Amino acid sequence: MSYLRSTFRHPEAPKNDLGYTRSVYEGALSTLCAGCGHDSVSGTIIQACFEMSLEPHKIAKMSGIGCSSKTPAYFLKGSHGFNSVHGRMPSVTTGANMANRDLTYIGVSGDGDTASIGMGQFMHLVRRNVNMVYICMNNGVYGLTKGQDSATADVGSASKKGVPNLYEPMDLCEIAISLGSGYVARSFSGDKDQLVPLLKGAIKHNGFALIDVISPCVTFNNNTSSTKAYEWVRDHKEATGKIDLVPEEQEIVVQQPNQILETIKMHDGSMIQLQRQPNSLDIQSRASVLRSLEDARSAKQVLTGLLYVNTNSKDTHDIINTSDKPLNAFNEEDLCPGSDILEAINESLR
Amino acid sequence: MKIESVNEFVIRFANVNGTGSASANNMFSKAVFRMGVPVSPKNIFPSNIQGLPTWFEVRVTERSYLGSRGDVDFMVAINGQTLEKDYYSVIEGGYFLFDSTKELPRSFKRDDITHVGIPLTRLCIENYTNPRQRQLFKNIIYVGALASLFDMEFEVLTNMVKDQFKKKEKLIPPNIQALELGYNYANEHYKDACGIKVQRRDNVGDSIIIEGNAATALGAVYGGATVAGWYPITPSTSVVEGFEKYCKQFRIEEDSGKNKFAILQAEDELSALGMAIGANWNGARGFTATSGPGISLMSEFLGLAYFAEIPVVVIDVQRSGPSTGMPTRTQQSDVISAAYASHGDTKHVCFYPCDPADCFEMTAKAFDIADRLQTPVIIMSDLDLGMNDHMSRPLVWDDATRYDRGKVLSAEDLENMEERWGRYLDVDGDGVGYRTYPGTHPTKGSYFTRGSSHDEYAAYTEDSEAYERNMERLVVKWQTAKQIAPHPQIKYRDKNSKIAAIFYGTTAQATYEALDGLAADGIMVNTCRIKSFPFHPDIGEFIQQHDQIFVVEQNRDGQMRSLLINEFNFGTKMRSILNIDGMPIRARRIKRKIERMLNGENVSPYTTVNSSVEGEVA
Repeated sequence: MSYLRSTFRHPEAPKNDLGYTRSVYEGALSTLCAGCGHDSVSGTIIQACFEMSLEPHKIAKMSGIGCSSKTPAYFLKGSHGFNSVHGRMPSVTTGANMANRDLTYIGVSGDGDTASIGMGQFMHLVRRNVNMVYICMNNGVYGLTKGQDSATADVGSASKKGVPNLYEPMDLCEIAISLGSGYVARSFSGDKDQLVPLLKGAIKHNGFALIDVISPCVTFNNNTSSTKAYEWVRDHKEATGKIDLVPEEQEIVVQQPNQILETIKMHDGSMIQLQRQPNSLDIQSRASVLRSLEDARSAKQVLTGLLYVNTNSKDTHDIINTSDKPLNAFNEEDLCPGSDILEAINESLR
Repeated sequence: MKIESVNEFVIRFANVNGTGSASANNMFSKAVFRMGVPVSPKNIFPSNIQGLPTWFEVRVTERSYLGSRGDVDFMVAINGQTLEKDYYSVIEGGYFLFDSTKELPRSFKRDDITHVGIPLTRLCIENYTNPRQRQLFKNIIYVGALASLFDMEFEVLTNMVKDQFKKKEKLIPPNIQALELGYNYANEHYKDACGIKVQRRDNVGDSIIIEGNAATALGAVYGGATVAGWYPITPSTSVVEGFEKYCKQFRIEEDSGKNKFAILQAEDELSALGMAIGANWNGARGFTATSGPGISLMSEFLGLAYFAEIPVVVIDVQRSGPSTGMPTRTQQSDVISAAYASHGDTKHVCFYPCDPADCFEMTAKAFDIADRLQTPVIIMSDLDLGMNDHMSRPLVWDDATRYDRGKVLSAEDLENMEERWGRYLDVDGDGVGYRTYPGTHPTKGSYFTRGSSHDEYAAYTEDSEAYERNMERLVVKWQTAKQIAPHPQIKYRDKNSKIAAIFYGTTAQATYEALDGLAADGIMVNTCRIKSFPFHPDIGEFIQQHDQIFVVEQNRDGQMRSLLINEFNFGTKMRSILNIDGMPIRARRIKRKIERMLNGENVSPYTTVNSSVEGEVA
């Protein structure tokens, strides 16, 4: 159970370009366990949306079922939310996106909701390249049903129950990359500095963007035998580089010695800046990133950061050629062919 | 005795599927229609693409009895695999047309029917060289022969060929030649052999011939649907294919060439309905089309849409179950599974179309009703209606029609609102709250949609009282549905008769015909055609007025009968005592409820003290 939150807001709290303080982007008080990684992820969503000066009402928060899927209640109170059914958030979001392409869709799911019951929907969501941010709060365990292994648990990793997992884990990032996702990242709920810019890039991306966030379950899977525990992830994570997202006009930051600075232009003109070691992975090459993910896996490391970007991504609307105007904005005058055409159809059927 | 008849007979064609027979058989059917004589064609096909038996039956019915009659007067037997079965299915006095290139087996010795041998294969081999044409023109030759046997107007057929091949003109002469080959052969060898005739009438008026699924697709276009999520399944596939065809004709933006629609083929039926629900939640009209197995898979989402109160339209083109059943044969066997789809206490609005005009009107209307009630509406079509051509009154649209989007708050409404808005608050007493679309207003009207229990303000709750208030409000909404869904069609042949029949959908035509027959014998049966669920109170009254009621339907278990008994609580000594608040049922409350019932008090079945529907019969 979480603690009470003070209602006091500093009168001089910083405001964004819309004149909103960060508190505008907050949600209801979390009911997750104290210390849950998911609450940190909610915090980064609040931070990213605040810093990007997004209109909360132009965002739709979508989720399935599970601890992670409860979190949309805990951020962006000014946004519509849809807590759908287990593993089915992808299809509901697809339909919602078809109805109104102008909103920003932030989908939140977990490893059970995504990698097991929702795997079919997840894969087809990636294939269709629905324009959305998909955050998987990945803790390797079913929390709400008290500690069963999920499909992302590593072989040999044991949760609080103490029984090592026997089955091969699914790597959501590898799956998303192989299915053509144009923005794939992995992060850690304990690394806000990395997660906030990753989220901003994902929101800017045109098409499906996955962020697989290792987000430890403090109650059922934070023990020393687990590879999804805070301690293990901190000890084994390696970043692809330091990233930032900057608007087009902004000056590029000073380069770190011994590092190369890569600038990737997004479709709206904003830029991702990535500082990385020379000869590290090429985030615009699927082959390169898949190899790096496999190497990291062999070395028992968690590769975090931006893994893959394709700035030429076409979203579902581009693919099926839908109107630039949201479909929910059309009325009978736009949609109904009228009685004359119907009479002509009748005549052709006589 | 030969059957002698003008414009009243049943002809059946026995073919092999994949041989192009359906278009020839349709040509015959349409030719009769164009001579002003009503027809009812039915394709009886296998779940297969090529090589299995398929039949096509055309009922020629001057009196417009469009249901299936039963029995075969004239058989066109082209399929060797089923020859024997087809031979014996012709009724006494009937006719058997066969390919006489090869002699009939010796055992085929019926003397109560007329044999008509046309050497179809030989005529094809003699006149055509291309193997595909030799196959296809066999079908056209027998249509030509039928024109001679039935004394049909040959010009009607040649005009149809010209219409059909307007864009491939070089196909016209060989097709007409095939018609002539058959016509001339029959004229020469079987003049006056046939007592069945087709004569020109003026009995079709302004009727059209259309498949139910095409009419449903047009209903979705006219009803303003813009998003379709779907998964291919016989016999519903042609609904979405038709929707796409008409959208491409009528829904492309002139300036940009872009689509004012989005159709996505989903990975399964769950996803298909999920997409439709997501679209409706976000203010577009979305739908899906499926059949029984899809309804099973969609049950979870139907429950969500019911409880989270999201409008959506589902087209169920029913086929024979259970399980995979007979995928290409018709049935009305999803009645209960659709009406009560999903776990927990759920009920869904269903419409039962009986012909293509109904398909069109009910589908277009379903979007309004779904929006008005904020709940799923299921169109209960079937394979017979959906996939066969039917003669139907024309499709009609009133250009003054405005879509009824139900209770949706605009930015201005939200701005001017003084009282606190509750998404699930029943302010009008009809059980329906006001909703908002995402993105409407910068600071007002956002809420959380969920399938978990919620209060009037859409906040999550596990409070028993709040849960029960919500469930009881959904019952109020159900009462509203009874008034606005299509009302039953009740007809009294004799106000004093105590005998009645109840039916729905495609059972209507055959039942009306049967009851005409009984009326001729002096048995007057009053009728009620059910058009929607929940049942209008008039249906209950109709049942009360009669002593013997036949419920006619196309399933094993009498599903509509069960639904009627269940919903009207007829003929049972059993009274409900119900606990729904999520707490274990309490002994003291059961005892108190029984005491009050035995005492003759008019109390609700709910054991909960705060129940607001005291007096209502469940």
